[in-house]
Amino acid sequence: MTRLFRRLPPWLALLLPAIVILLVVVLVPLLLSLYSSFTPYRLTRPETLYKWIGEYNYVKVATDANFWWAFGRTVFLLTVALNLEMLLGLGLALLVNKVTWGQRGLRTIMMFPMMFSPILVGFQFKFIFNDNVGLVNNALQSLGITDQAIAWLVDGKLAMFAIIFAEVWMSTSVFAILILAGLFAIPRDPLEAAKVDGCTPWQSFRHISLPFLMPFIYIAMAIRSLDVARAYDIVQIMTNGGPARRTELLWTLIGRTGYVDAKMGLANAMGYISIFLAIFFTVYFFRKLNASRAALGYNA
Amino acid sequence: MDINQQHRFRKYGLKLAHFLALFIAMSIICLPGLWVVLNSFRPTVEIMAKPPVWIPEKLSLDHYRAMFGAVGEGGVPVVRYFMNSLVISITSTVIAILIGIAGGYAFARYRFRGKSAIFVGFMVTRAVPGVALSLPLFIVFAKVGIIDTHFGLILAYVAMNVPFSIWLIDGFFRQVPRELAEAAEIDGCTRWQAFWKVEFPVAKAGIASAAIFAFLTSWNEYALASQLTRSVFSKTMPVGLLDFTSEFTINWGGMCALAVLMIIPALILTFIVQKHLISGLTFGGIKG
Repeated sequence: MTRLFRRLPPWLALLLPAIVILLVVVLVPLLLSLYSSFTPYRLTRPETLYKWIGEYNYVKVATDANFWWAFGRTVFLLTVALNLEMLLGLGLALLVNKVTWGQRGLRTIMMFPMMFSPILVGFQFKFIFNDNVGLVNNALQSLGITDQAIAWLVDGKLAMFAIIFAEVWMSTSVFAILILAGLFAIPRDPLEAAKVDGCTPWQSFRHISLPFLMPFIYIAMAIRSLDVARAYDIVQIMTNGGPARRTELLWTLIGRTGYVDAKMGLANAMGYISIFLAIFFTVYFFRKLNASRAALGYNA
Repeated sequence: MDINQQHRFRKYGLKLAHFLALFIAMSIICLPGLWVVLNSFRPTVEIMAKPPVWIPEKLSLDHYRAMFGAVGEGGVPVVRYFMNSLVISITSTVIAILIGIAGGYAFARYRFRGKSAIFVGFMVTRAVPGVALSLPLFIVFAKVGIIDTHFGLILAYVAMNVPFSIWLIDGFFRQVPRELAEAAEIDGCTRWQAFWKVEFPVAKAGIASAAIFAFLTSWNEYALASQLTRSVFSKTMPVGLLDFTSEFTINWGGMCALAVLMIIPALILTFIVQKHLISGLTFGGIKG
């Protein structure tokens, strides 16, 4: 055994533990779920695991309107949330960058939401948007803006808004922190040269600062896309996909189909589609990151 | 009004706008968390009061007392959950970081075929959503019989943290100049000694921050834990939060108290690493 280990090239010996654990805990279960997505597997009836039904589950998923609504809603949530987080994070980083006194403290406050467990964020905002004792309704009523309780988490559109708010609150700081690090790294000379040459602040931001920031923005996007599914916890807690499926996302739909309805085979078929969605986002942002790096002349 | 004065007004105006924008942004970031902390000290009557009580009349430790004494509604065994979370998070972090050091070193120091393919492969495993992974893991773990054990959850968290640890640690090893280790080897060190005596101490701070990042991920994880744990013996705190909810009501005060207990360790750890974390993420990404 040790002799075999010795004969491996050193890089493979070093990578072996990582490869083994990922094979055992991620790849093998995923292959199993790929197989079970071709069976009518139900948790309550184990023998169904050995019945092959071909692409039945996939056909069923593909023709299920609820699934496509959840799919569309997930893409919508990701697009809106990521873009909002990027813009707000950029704004926040620019604001903090201008501060000359107490910047370290502000930076620390900025990281505050990153320490919260997503499920905690879910409960926190469920509490804050609660129609009876929530902070938002209490404030609106005390200020006399509205005299009756707004049912934030009961109305479909408002619930989606509340979820996006929670998601943005939690993750804007990832963007802000990384973009701030990017702002520190911008060389001063080109900015001063631009000022001497009579560029407006907007022009020098658009054509000098922003290209320098792009790799940092894409790193943040790549990191975020790695854990986009964190939104599962928030949605699960705040609305559990309700009211009447108006905030149902892929992940809550999968969880419910698998564990509540016990239709594991069907849930795994949906799971595969959501895995490909996640991988698509990740690979897309990693490629963008490489491209923006190359544009700045770093060797990728 | 002469042009001088006009400029001065504009300058002060901009300064004021900047200050206001910053103030509003920071309030939005801080308020939700502070509200949770505040409510953990308020009696339930005051939380539920209509019209709302804005300035707390009296602060009490009732929720904390109920939580640690496991009395009151439901009797949530918080101490047990805390210990479970601690054991699982620490063990899985230690293992993930050891694997991460080996893997990160391999990526930073060796050239081999298919390097970037393997790297992307690792990253893709991280992109699998927890809930999608939890379905097959649940089946496998149930078959092997490690559902509702510390071991099962530790295994899952190690796998979850390895790819990201490798990414971070790879970046930190790259910051150590190759010449440093080469000089040590010329002076008669073995590669192993050169690693422990020269490269590891230089990258130590960075590795520590990767460890804290891994710890926080395990500490805060919910999607996997909620399916792979069943009883008091292995439930972690994020899952324990749900104990405060019942069919129609939620014990907000108790939940806030548990939330505070969850945040404190995370808060302390994040303060310690913030500097290294930023440099690790950006360096690994930019010059990768």
